[in-house]
Amino acid sequence: MSHHFVEFKDVHFHYPDGSPALNGLSFRISHGESVGIVGANGAGKSTLLMHINGYLLVASGSIVIGDLRLDKRTRQDIRKKVGLVFQNPDDQLFMPTVFDDVAFGPLNLGIAHDRIAERVAEALGTVGCLKLKDKPPHHLSSGQKSAVAIATVIAMRPDILVMDEPASNLDPKSRRQLINLLKVFEHTKIVASHDLDLILDVCKRCIVIKDGRVAADGPTKNILSDKVLLEENNLELPLSLQNNHEQNSTSIEKNIPKENTAMNELEKLNHLLHHWKEHNDEHAETYKEWASKAEQLGKNDLSAALNKIYGAAKNLSSLFDEAMKKSA
Amino acid sequence: MHMADALLSPAVGTTFWAGTLAAIAYCSKRLKETMDEKMVPLMGVLGAFIFAAQMINFTIPATGSSGHLGGGIILSVILGPYAAFIVIASVLTVQALFFADGGLLALGCNIWNLGIYPCFIAYSLIYKPLVSYGATPGRIAFAAFISGVVGLQLGAFSVVMQTLLSGRSELPFGTFVLLMQPVHLGIGIVEGFATAGVINFIKSARPEIFESTFSARPLAADISLRKVFVGLLIAAVLTGGMLSWFASTNPDGLEWAIEKTFGKPELPEHTQSIASSLKKIQESTSFLPEYAFKKTENTEAPKKEEAWPNVDAGKSLSGVVGSSIVIGMVLLIGFSIKAMRRRI
Amino acid sequence: MFDTEFFNLGYLDRLSYQDTFIHRIDPRIKLLSSFMFIVAVVSFPKYAISGLLPFFLFPVLFLALGDIPVRFILKKILVVSPFAIFVGIFNPLLDGQPVLDVLGFTVSLGWVSFASIMLKFSLTISAALLLIATTSFPGICFAMQKLRIPKAFVAQLLFLYRYLFVLMEEAMKIVRAREMRSFGKRGKELKNVVPIIGVLFMRTVDRAERVYNAMLARSFTGKLYSTKPYALTTTDILFIIASAGLILLFRVVNVTALIGKWTIG
Ligand SMILES: Nc1ncnc2c1ncn2[C@@H]1O[C@H](COP(=O)(O)OP(=O)(O)OP(=O)(O)O)[C@@H](O)[C@H]1O
Ligand SMILES: [Mg+2]
Repeated sequence: MSHHFVEFKDVHFHYPDGSPALNGLSFRISHGESVGIVGANGAGKSTLLMHINGYLLVASGSIVIGDLRLDKRTRQDIRKKVGLVFQNPDDQLFMPTVFDDVAFGPLNLGIAHDRIAERVAEALGTVGCLKLKDKPPHHLSSGQKSAVAIATVIAMRPDILVMDEPASNLDPKSRRQLINLLKVFEHTKIVASHDLDLILDVCKRCIVIKDGRVAADGPTKNILSDKVLLEENNLELPLSLQNNHEQNSTSIEKNIPKENTAMNELEKLNHLLHHWKEHNDEHAETYKEWASKAEQLGKNDLSAALNKIYGAAKNLSSLFDEAMKKSA
Repeated sequence: MHMADALLSPAVGTTFWAGTLAAIAYCSKRLKETMDEKMVPLMGVLGAFIFAAQMINFTIPATGSSGHLGGGIILSVILGPYAAFIVIASVLTVQALFFADGGLLALGCNIWNLGIYPCFIAYSLIYKPLVSYGATPGRIAFAAFISGVVGLQLGAFSVVMQTLLSGRSELPFGTFVLLMQPVHLGIGIVEGFATAGVINFIKSARPEIFESTFSARPLAADISLRKVFVGLLIAAVLTGGMLSWFASTNPDGLEWAIEKTFGKPELPEHTQSIASSLKKIQESTSFLPEYAFKKTENTEAPKKEEAWPNVDAGKSLSGVVGSSIVIGMVLLIGFSIKAMRRRI
Repeated sequence: MFDTEFFNLGYLDRLSYQDTFIHRIDPRIKLLSSFMFIVAVVSFPKYAISGLLPFFLFPVLFLALGDIPVRFILKKILVVSPFAIFVGIFNPLLDGQPVLDVLGFTVSLGWVSFASIMLKFSLTISAALLLIATTSFPGICFAMQKLRIPKAFVAQLLFLYRYLFVLMEEAMKIVRAREMRSFGKRGKELKNVVPIIGVLFMRTVDRAERVYNAMLARSFTGKLYSTKPYALTTTDILFIIASAGLILLFRVVNVTALIGKWTIG
């Protein structure tokens, strides 16, 4: 099940008080990508992230996550796939102890009580906070709070990890630990931050947001070395790139050229094919299991029929492969 | 101001705990029925806000002493009376534990005094009817002010009654009331001003907070006058019943309170017959037999018998000696445990 | 003043997470025995003094076994005593009937009842403080839930506890900033304080909104689960039996008077 792209299409949103926050935002993030979102204060980064989770709903335009179009009905399901870590860990950690807090999400997902401890230990272990298990959140340092906040989300095993300013109020060492942690995640990652060095380390791709629109989108290295672009967005060259004076802003797709959309459509098709092929493979395996079960039960004719279905499904898979090659 | 354990008799303390628990259970039930899940964190965080806000004190004009925001009205305005009551109960519980305000037995009385009156009487019967949609700031201030004062006056009167019924203090009813009510009138006026100021400030800065309040929803606010009176009547009957039941094991408090209230050394005829029949019940049902035994022994001198072991044990030297030995032993046990733990 | 209160709260909270014999006793047991203790203490009649003294054994045991600093608790008891003193002090003024002579001084009944109030006061207040100093607040909430206190109320207590420290810190920052800019009392007038409280209030409402989002993000559906696997141990059972026994003994038998009689003869 590895089909978790995020697609924003011409998304508009304004807050109840009338202030516009997103003005025709479009982008597409494929499975497994790591994407940094940067921009000036008030550019709309947090607003964007709140949309991925269905917490805010679009005024116009559409958001598709995986195979679901995000709306009031689907957001409950989408939240199970998208793990959102908020800007302030004090808002994220609302239970009386670290354990209870990390267990909160899995319990809501219906994980059995006896398996919870295991889940919690695993998530806390990943962020290196296992020994904080029984502490109340107000006994933790800021860095520990941030780490636990991430654990609360990864305990739900999301397919897409979304983070808003994960490194604010972390000391350099905790920040480094966080970066290392993020690097090993295999999820789709979307990270909004003013910490450009962190983005550079963690994300391969970078999207610059300005006034609720995509101002630039491309490989992080290229974006973050474009001094003019950065200055336009109240940003500064990341420290690690500051001595490196030559810049090549040529490969950056500013404002995403028009002809790109056709290509995007194709890419989407390819993705869908990939997704359905995976489903198909899974189904094929299931038919095979049924066939062997029927054999165990002594129903040889049934088993043969099921094996035929299995064969047909396998054939279908190769057809998928062929189509995927042509769409690539 | 908080009622204290030391001024309570078990009868009064447990009766009010029972009343408070019933109120908490009822409000929880109402909340469950009408609950918007959004309210769970809002109530919690607002409870913490009341705490924090009470730490920000201000000077009271003319007197130079300091006052702080009272929470009842403002919480009711935002959350509706049921949720507000739960929040106040939680704030008082934390205060009883962490600040030792009053104590655990008195907590029942305190939740009653500072929760029931502001939420269900002052807010529901005064503030709410006075403030309709589109009320002017002046009208809101007036309503907040009046309801704040009334809530606190009722609370203070309740403290007087609880103390009196417990019979641990010598203060006569009249004096106690004269001491408590004016003091709380002052506090109430200040709290009323503060509440009114804060409500109007928020209303002008962020009107939408009030428009989306939970108290504005029909289900959370439908408290009718009749319901409140019926509720109070039931509470009164229950309280009376429980008190007289408890009085069977501990009649002096009640007698004493009645005496102070009516200013007569002896009870009216019919009350006396009740008291004597209570005493009979007490003889057969008392759960502290030794105490009851002392009681029935010398009924003609009520003052002296209350003083039970002290008068005889204390008049001689043995009382003083015994006391010193007990205190010494207790301290010795404490120190030796400390010493032993340090060595390990 | 604000700072000390905040500090005290945090200190008491930290004490409650220690690991000692007393801390390990099940919260339900401690809650119940504290209540029994308090009810037994206040059930003593108005003029009781000697009968109350043995009860000091309990706070002393909690202090010693729970590693609680005595001074801290004593100070807190002193801080909250005014109301009890205010009401109690009228007893000696109103009841002058002499009862006994101690070392040449005549003591009136009013003083006896006042002393009794103060003894009860120190016993009951220390019971509350020592309960929270030796039991974590979530533990107490757990005990309440097990004792059938409505869930909505228990959840409210837990949320309040969680955000108490966060909001107090926020308020403290505001207060400190105010104190830096106000000279003497001028900044503390009501009209200056109202906007501060108002702003704190609005921030609180916004925070509630964010917390709610965080809950939704983790599939909150209106239910709060509890996961604490507390189970009563033999120690817990022995503890409750022993404390109930002692409380009953001290309540029924005046140990002090007995000891006094034995020694004097
Ligand atoms: N709750 C709100 N109500 C009204 N307007 C809001 C609200 N939250 C944000 N805005 C407005 O929406 C715009 C985008 O805000 P957003 O929080 O998304 O910015 P951001 O990029 O996350 O900024 P920062 O880097 O400061 O976190 C801003 O103009 C902001 O003023
Ligand atoms: Mg932001």
